[in-house]
Amino acid sequence: MEALRKKFSLTLPQNSIRIIRIIAALLLLALIIVRAMDVAAKSQFGADTWLRLSVSGLIIGGMYALIAIGYTLVYGILFMINFAHGEVMMIGTFGGYFVFEAFNAIQVSGADGNQLSFLNAYPVIAILLAFLAGMTIAALSGLFLEKFAYRPLRGAPRLVPLISAIGASIFLQNAGQLLFGPQRRQYINPVVLDRGIGWNLEVAGSTVVLTYTGIFSLILSAILMVGLYLLVQRTKLGRAMRAVAQDKKTAALMGINVDQIISRTFVISGALAGAAGVMWGIHNGLFNYYVGFLPGIKAFTAAVLGGIGNIPGAMLGGMFLGIVESVGPAVLGIDFQLKDVLAFTILILVLIFRPSGILGEALTEEKV
Amino acid sequence: MMLEVENLNVHYGAIHALKGVSFHLEEGEIVALIGANGAGKSTTLNTISRLNKPTAGDIRYRGVSIVETPPQDIVTKGIVQVPEGRRIFPKMTVVENLEMGAYIFSDRQRIEADIEMVFGKFPRLRERRKQLGGTLSGGEQQMLAIARGLMARPQLLLLDEPSMGLAPIIVEQIFDIISEINQQGTSILLVEQNAQMALSIADRGYVFETGKIVLEGDAGDLLEDPMVKEAYLGGG
Repeated sequence: MEALRKKFSLTLPQNSIRIIRIIAALLLLALIIVRAMDVAAKSQFGADTWLRLSVSGLIIGGMYALIAIGYTLVYGILFMINFAHGEVMMIGTFGGYFVFEAFNAIQVSGADGNQLSFLNAYPVIAILLAFLAGMTIAALSGLFLEKFAYRPLRGAPRLVPLISAIGASIFLQNAGQLLFGPQRRQYINPVVLDRGIGWNLEVAGSTVVLTYTGIFSLILSAILMVGLYLLVQRTKLGRAMRAVAQDKKTAALMGINVDQIISRTFVISGALAGAAGVMWGIHNGLFNYYVGFLPGIKAFTAAVLGGIGNIPGAMLGGMFLGIVESVGPAVLGIDFQLKDVLAFTILILVLIFRPSGILGEALTEEKV
Repeated sequence: MMLEVENLNVHYGAIHALKGVSFHLEEGEIVALIGANGAGKSTTLNTISRLNKPTAGDIRYRGVSIVETPPQDIVTKGIVQVPEGRRIFPKMTVVENLEMGAYIFSDRQRIEADIEMVFGKFPRLRERRKQLGGTLSGGEQQMLAIARGLMARPQLLLLDEPSMGLAPIIVEQIFDIISEINQQGTSILLVEQNAQMALSIADRGYVFETGKIVLEGDAGDLLEDPMVKEAYLGGG
């Protein structure tokens, strides 16, 4: 029997699996390049379209990156995927929305004596408070999520908190639907941040609009990402987070309150997702309780793409995914509605060819 | 009395890891816990550090029970553990590892001064200050682990197998440093499989076997004890 199995070995040696994988990757790459050149030869789009697509990809990519950081921070510390993270973003979107709604309802007299809504009389304050509200409530929901859905399962097999996360995600979506109704709502932006208007650029005889909402979101996400990076690298809390991620037992022996650091990680993740949620509302306008689902999964893809557990990887992965999703359909000459398919194809390809992601290190036994 | 452990019982699920362990440590002493692998020595240290919860028994530090004290507060009280296998933070530099040791303090100047102090004790670490912990040799990692423990300004230092996996000459250096730390006023509870080495610097010792203490006494007497010689010192 043993001899027979040796003679007709069905399992390929490790090396040939790797070679097959590399050949498959090269074939796929060649296919994409041929297809892209084919499409480019038809020159369907001008420089203006490419610029438009790239910019919108960067803007969405910034939001993906902010959400992806949350997945990666939590994974880095607890080795679990917080599948309810998209819903945390949704809660942030609602938080900002209600601040704008409230301020829109308050009438004040402007400088010239006209009646204005508070929203337009003091737009900077309104925007600040909308972000503050969205980030705070999202941070709180992250905190409670950890406390009630994950902490009681600490030490359980790793599949268990994962299932709890999926349950929490479904619960929060339904809670959102019950509380706020299924209908789509529209963000009422202050006039200074009206959707669709912006700086006009003349490119290749056509006008490209760099929207105020988009540029604002992009800059804000960049600021938040730099801020997070400094927090993790330079502050005591950041050092404690890295220590807990590397070795919980030893971190406890240093006098670090491990549970507290885990809570704070969820708070930071939630705040970033909340900021992305408010940006989403300001930039895209329409949303409902379901708004967090797709960005949540896309950001998860981005985090895996960059190397889950790796913070710069999540930022890079988010930006990359945003651009690919936006520019990719045009490059490959496929329908723009297929952008989601493109994003998830990337997820599958990364999981097959490089499960550790772009910047990720080889996953150790302990972390798998 | 600095540390009193009384009838300590610890279970890991169905496994009864410690079966009524009692011992004590006086201010300024080095006490060695020796015995074979799996006898419960590390479990004892981890229970003092409150990484495990005892199922019965008491641990008193300077007369106050600490079995309900969370691990971070144990460190603040001055009981610091240098864990088995070094457990350096591999992706942090030597200096960052030392700063983690001083996590309970926030006075920057004092931390800087303490880093200088441990660099004085371990000059090799000063040379490697910017290097990542994971890239150090085993001996350097053990020095870093002890140095990191000192950064918390311990009054009672719990050392778990500091000789593990090290060349004899490095072991000797490490044990010299342990004696020196003790002479400067830190009490030490030392867990070791290398009984010879441990008893040579300890004041007293306890011998563990399958979760129980089977023998105790002055270090010199234990070194001469026929049973200890037979079991742990490589025969008569």
